Amino acid sequence: MKIERLLPGLAGIVFLAIIPLLPVPPFWLTILNNIGLASLVTIGLVLLTGVGGLTSFGQAAFCGFGAYTTAVLSTNYGVSPWLTLPLSLIVGAATALPLGLITVRLSGHFLPLGTIAWGLALYYLFGKIDLLGRYDGISGIPPVEVAGYRFLSDGSIYYLIWFFVIAVAIGAKNLLDSRIGRGIRALRGGGQAAEAFGVNIVRAKLTVFVFAGVVAALSGWLYAHMQRSVNPTPFGLGMGIEYLLMAVVGGSGHVWGAIFGASIVLIMKDVLQRFLPDLIGTTANLEMVVFGILLVVILQLARDGLWPFVLKLLPKRAARPLPASDDKLAKRTLAPAGSSLIKVEKARKAFGGLVAVNDVSFEVRAGQVVGLIGPNGAGKSTTFNLITGIASLTSGSVFYEGQPMTGDSPREVAKHGIARTFQHAKILPDMSVLENVALGAHLRGTAGVFRSFLRLERRQEATLLAEAAVQLERVGLGAYRDRPAGDLALGQIRILEIARALSADPAVLLLDEPAAGLRHGEKQELANLLKKLREEGVSVLLVEHDMGFVMGLVDHLVVLDFGTLIAEGKPADVRKHPAVVAAYLGGVA
Amino acid sequence: MIATFLIQDGVTNGAIYALLGLALVLLFSVTRVIFIPQGEFVAYGALTLALLDGGKVPATTSLLVCFGAVAFLFDLWSMRRGTDIRAFLRSLALNLVLPGVIYGITIVLAPLDLPSVAKALLTILIITPMGVYVYRIAYRPLADASVLVLLIASVGVHLAMMGLGLVFFGAEGLRAEPLADDNYTIGALMVSAQSLCIYGATIAIIVGLYMFFERTLLGKALRATAVNRLGARLVGVRTHLTGVTAFTLAAAIGAVSGVLIGPITTIYYDTGFLIGLKGFVAAIIGGLASFPITAIAAIGVGLVESFSSFFASSYKEVIVFGLIIPVLIWLSLSGGFHEEE
Repeated sequence: MKIERLLPGLAGIVFLAIIPLLPVPPFWLTILNNIGLASLVTIGLVLLTGVGGLTSFGQAAFCGFGAYTTAVLSTNYGVSPWLTLPLSLIVGAATALPLGLITVRLSGHFLPLGTIAWGLALYYLFGKIDLLGRYDGISGIPPVEVAGYRFLSDGSIYYLIWFFVIAVAIGAKNLLDSRIGRGIRALRGGGQAAEAFGVNIVRAKLTVFVFAGVVAALSGWLYAHMQRSVNPTPFGLGMGIEYLLMAVVGGSGHVWGAIFGASIVLIMKDVLQRFLPDLIGTTANLEMVVFGILLVVILQLARDGLWPFVLKLLPKRAARPLPASDDKLAKRTLAPAGSSLIKVEKARKAFGGLVAVNDVSFEVRAGQVVGLIGPNGAGKSTTFNLITGIASLTSGSVFYEGQPMTGDSPREVAKHGIARTFQHAKILPDMSVLENVALGAHLRGTAGVFRSFLRLERRQEATLLAEAAVQLERVGLGAYRDRPAGDLALGQIRILEIARALSADPAVLLLDEPAAGLRHGEKQELANLLKKLREEGVSVLLVEHDMGFVMGLVDHLVVLDFGTLIAEGKPADVRKHPAVVAAYLGGVA
Repeated sequence: MIATFLIQDGVTNGAIYALLGLALVLLFSVTRVIFIPQGEFVAYGALTLALLDGGKVPATTSLLVCFGAVAFLFDLWSMRRGTDIRAFLRSLALNLVLPGVIYGITIVLAPLDLPSVAKALLTILIITPMGVYVYRIAYRPLADASVLVLLIASVGVHLAMMGLGLVFFGAEGLRAEPLADDNYTIGALMVSAQSLCIYGATIAIIVGLYMFFERTLLGKALRATAVNRLGARLVGVRTHLTGVTAFTLAAAIGAVSGVLIGPITTIYYDTGFLIGLKGFVAAIIGGLASFPITAIAAIGVGLVESFSSFFASSYKEVIVFGLIIPVLIWLSLSGGFHEEE
């Protein structure tokens, strides 16, 4: 990596490293330590809230699990803090996992509501258990030791805390900038697109939730050895809400914003606690009112938090060059031309009494471009959803290369080599064009969470990105590679979706109204692209309205009307079919 | 004998949780707001009533005037690019005149030794408009936000209102006088007049809500908004109006709950939160959607609470809030609730 890219980070680390050596007031170090501890929790929340679209008010309880684990083990059983560290993290993960499993399948707001309740329940529980010292807590926790050196003072544990903060922040950045991370970032847009390319949505949500739990437990472990005593108070719901405030202030969605948000909130809290009582003449903890108002104001005025404003002030960094890659991704062996790929047999879908698709059968053969057309409400999109696994069949079946795939989820359908686009384009506007396309190659990579966190998957990641870049060039969007996908025009977004589908190395492309909203020239380019793909052996099934576009392109045409197949065959024949004419133009059938 | 006492105790508390749970379901379905601060209205109501009992002017009246003034400033700000005089006068009347009048009435009436029903009504009069202002200040600017953002905002409103409660009422707990002192014996059961009031009020409010939703145009507009916000707008329902209505109803229900619970337990500035959350447990069991399931679940929460406070008193809160975990498992397995949009 270029040294210029590392420079701001290195400068930051050096700056952090010399602060304790300067003659700063001791309470500064206390505040900085607290900021570091809170930053760890907040980084987890940023991934959960800003990136994953979930949230939790109960992160403080996870700190509690980490802190109490090491407190009990190191005082009662004399276990070394370095041995309790992994145990604390495991306890954090082990509590997050079941809670996550329960809630991730529910609508987004059940998780935070659940966390409020368990945040309260756990606080009372910590205060009731004898082993945990009830409300008095546990004191006399040993400090962390490295080769005889004891991290006793604020100035020394400072280095330990900030080492972990920076390591976790870099790890979190790595994780987001990876194959797994693209899946996590796709959650916020509903995850439907990601699922169609094989991302396991439930698993991605669990991953961020467990990650957030583990870093909170790490913060708790550090807290226990910094304070050298624990009691239930810092692990209650109030603190959990404060962590979320930090994530919102900093800007949910930015890893460095987490540290920024934690700093603002904690410094503000200190200032308020110091000066408000003199100002108003009451000792009531008024910062609660201020924090409450601040939370609402930030959401009203700057929903993405304050970090984006800081980013605007900083000099813009140049786009990262595409990493070089020598490896080639394995290519799927395509079925011989003419063999059956997708076979729909008597597919039926009824919504209550309404039969949207009525015993429709047709086939897509390898090397063919098949068009599925029909007037509005003919059942085209429903048929499409039956094949892609978004809707379930009422009766009938769908086969892929002779194997039944009835009841498969969109993710399993993707594994067969069926890649799709969406009628209402589903891209991730904040991600770059290249990353959007790379999401399509999800199933062609194997790197997991740990390798991504530690940046050990760079070689594979480079191959995935190179493949995405190749597909972008192939569809003619190469010039837009590093732009946010939200910048593109509608026509380009449709092409982007095709590039994304292509990077999955599909055997069949399923295109849902690809020409809708395109200008004439763009339609011709699209038609040329599809013809080129056919020559390369890719099969295509497209749903379309535009007769002109379809007629010149497809080998085989299937016409639906009111859910029933009324004609199929070569485009020229179908065009003359009386039922088709009647369906499109009306008249006496 | 103990069991009947516990059941009676549980049903009494459960009735209040039912009221709160209904308010929460109402608010969520109409405005998509998960209203964490519902409990603050309860605490405000109970503390207001307790102060009125002492012949004092409750601090909530000043708070109401402040809320109104802030809401007026919000209106002024949104009118900065010109507006018609009628909208301005309406805002003036709603945000400044109304709280002013309530303030005046309270100052006149507070020192008089009013009958307890009058004090209860005065309390409800003071608290209810707060719903309007809270909506105007915190939620109306966020009307287009996601459920998640609205939920986080709710937590902010809760912190602010709880903090203000601490500032205005202090950390001392207060207990109001019961609406009626009598006790009746029905067989082996001793029933206090206060708990009869609670049952009566709960049933009256449930019936009232039912009539409102079934029989009035505004009620139907609220239901329409709950089913499909955009669709309701397209057919001419003013979603801001339905939002205001829902918040007003919620504040009124909160105030009534406060008046009812104030005399049976000591209320501190932060007690309302815990009471409100028990309403939440019930509302979550009802999937934040079903009124009847929420009401029944609330009675269940009350029963669990009274039995656990007898058999495992130190784990009471753990058990009540822990209830939510099996509920979420059940919701998750039944799989009825999926990601919206």
